[in-house]
This record gives sequence, C-alpha cells and structure tokens, in this order.
Amino acid sequence: MIESKEVFEAFQKHRGNAIVSVQGTSGKHWADVTTNQNRDISMGGAMGQSTAAIFGLALGLPNEKVVHFDTEGALLMNLGVLASIAGKKPANFVHFLLDNGCYATTGGQPVPNSEDIDYSVIAAGTGYAATYNFDDLEELSTSLDEIMSQDGPVFVAIKVPAEVENLPIGMRERRTSRSRGQTISDLRAELGIS
Amino acid sequence: MVEQQLQILRPETLIAEFKSIGVTHVVTIPDSETNYLYELMAKEDWLEVVPVSREGESMAVALGLNVAGKVPVVLIQNTGMMESGDSIRGMALDTGFPLLMVVGYRGWTRKGHTPDSAAVYTEPFLNAFHLNYYLVETDEDGARITDAYNETVKTKRPVVVLIGDEYHGFNR
Repeated sequence: MIESKEVFEAFQKHRGNAIVSVQGTSGKHWADVTTNQNRDISMGGAMGQSTAAIFGLALGLPNEKVVHFDTEGALLMNLGVLASIAGKKPANFVHFLLDNGCYATTGGQPVPNSEDIDYSVIAAGTGYAATYNFDDLEELSTSLDEIMSQDGPVFVAIKVPAEVENLPIGMRERRTSRSRGQTISDLRAELGIS
Repeated sequence: MVEQQLQILRPETLIAEFKSIGVTHVVTIPDSETNYLYELMAKEDWLEVVPVSREGESMAVALGLNVAGKVPVVLIQNTGMMESGDSIRGMALDTGFPLLMVVGYRGWTRKGHTPDSAAVYTEPFLNAFHLNYYLVETDEDGARITDAYNETVKTKRPVVVLIGDEYHGFNR
C-alpha cells in the first residue's frame, strides 16, 4: 500500500498545469500538497457522481489535462461511468482511484468484495486506453511521467490504507477548504470562462 | 378503432430548437421512443452526443460541461429521471447553473388516465423537487423548448420539458 499523501506528493511533481479533482477521506491530503489551487476543483455533491462531473469537464475542455482522484466507494455507486468515459475517449483525462477497500467516512465498513475486486481490469474491459495497478510507491513514481504524457482515458488504481473517521460528523475536525462553488468560480476565472 | 393523434412532434423540431438555443452537447440515454432523434443528432456537426450509462450521470456530466462554458441538454426518459433524484438535487438544483432537461413522458395520455405508473408519478416527482416543467406534444409546441431554456438561464435552475408524444413521431 501507499500512503495517500505520498501518492499526491509523487503526482505533484508531474502535475504540470493539469486541472485536479480529489474526493473522499484520502483526498484531504491534496490540500497540503497542491501549489495551484486555482486549478483544483471540487465536483462532489451527489452520491457517486463526481466522476461523471469531471468527465463532463474533460469533454468540455479538450485542450486541458484533467486529472480526477476517485475513490472505490464512490466508483462502485456508478460503475457504469467507466463505460461512459471509455466510449467518448477523452484523451485529456487521467482517472486515479485511491482504493482503501472501505467506506472510511462512515466508520470503515468494507465495500463489496473489497479483498478481491480489481478495478483496473474493469476499466480495461470498458475500453480505457491504458490501465495501471500500484501498491508500491517507487513503481508509481517511476510510471507517473508515462501516465501523464500519454493519451487517455488512463486509469490508475492505487491501494492506500484506510483513514477511518469514526466520530459523529458534527464532532470531526474540519479543515478549512473552499466550497464547491468557490472552486468552480476560481477555475472558470483562471480559464477565462464567463 | 385506434385513435390517431392528428399532429405529431417531429424529431427535427427538437433539433431545430436545440440549434436555435445554441446547445453544444446532448447528454442522453436513448429510449425506445427516441431512436430516430438519436440518429439525427449524431449527424449534426454542431452537436456532440454524450451517451451515459445511467440517467443520474447525465446531470453530473452536464454540470461539468456547464463549468467548461458549454451548453448541455439532458435527454432522458421519466423513469430514469425518477431514479436520478439525488443527482438532480446535488448536481443541478444545488449548483446555480442552468440545465434544460428534456424528458420523455412514458405513459402520457391526454385522456387523463394511464395504467403506466411511470406517468402517474412523473408530475408529482417534479413537483416534489420544485421543478418547473413544460409539456410538448406536437410541432406547434416546439417553441416551449426555447421558453424552458430561457427560464433555466434566467433562474439558474433546472427546467424540464416533458415530451408527451404518445409514442408517435420519434420512431420512423
């Protein structure tokens, strides 16, 4: 397994000017790593649909590299989105999956078949241009240049440890973060979209 | 004796309305009533068809396209719309972007009675979500699509066009 923060630190070196979306408990570490918040976007807000929203963004911005850090719990809620993405073949889309095997935000209950499921095989079967599977940081780090430079859609499954939050939501430590609407406004301003 | 609808809604009417509005993308799951419309849309070089796997995806994909400055329309059936409640809430109502949703009204009848529960629950569903809607049955109603679009731009909320076609016109 690779710590989520280490995934983001390795990715940051290869980010370039990419638009980046993160979600889930693992995604919180991106805020400590990013150096270009105006190109970070949050598109959560409905169960399992942020991937579809980022897919739409990638379709609408074909000249921008768009990178999405998904989670397996969210992806399982709408697994068909893989076929939707593969069908449109967005060359600018890189789809990472941080797989901690559980619903960390609700106490760590395992997702269905968490021990045996292989998401990269599913993505390959739907027709993604390239797929990867990592549980070793060095292997990931040496592959990121290739991952980020090839035509997509590219799918990258990474095993990460669970960071389970068991406190009631109202008692959890809240990080200061921008709202979805603010990230959308900032990105549109950055891109000159009125 | 089979009753015939005197006027029909031609798929070309929807295409013309989409072009007039400036639609760039149609995010859709085809249904049995719209196969000819799908073929026509695919031929238009000013329009990109985005097929999705489940209706709930369509509002999310449309949101991403909206953020990118495009003009998407969602084209689905009432059954799929009802399955998409959380996506309509979180990816359309909560976002402050316009979204025109064109929804096939499966089971619609002008007689006021239908055995199809898809039709029975369609308007109660829309009312529960406080979604305004327009009914389009024939070519003469086509301008309502533009009316609905203008409303969604003005209110920055989703607005629905119900296609009450009684299963005529969209098939060849």
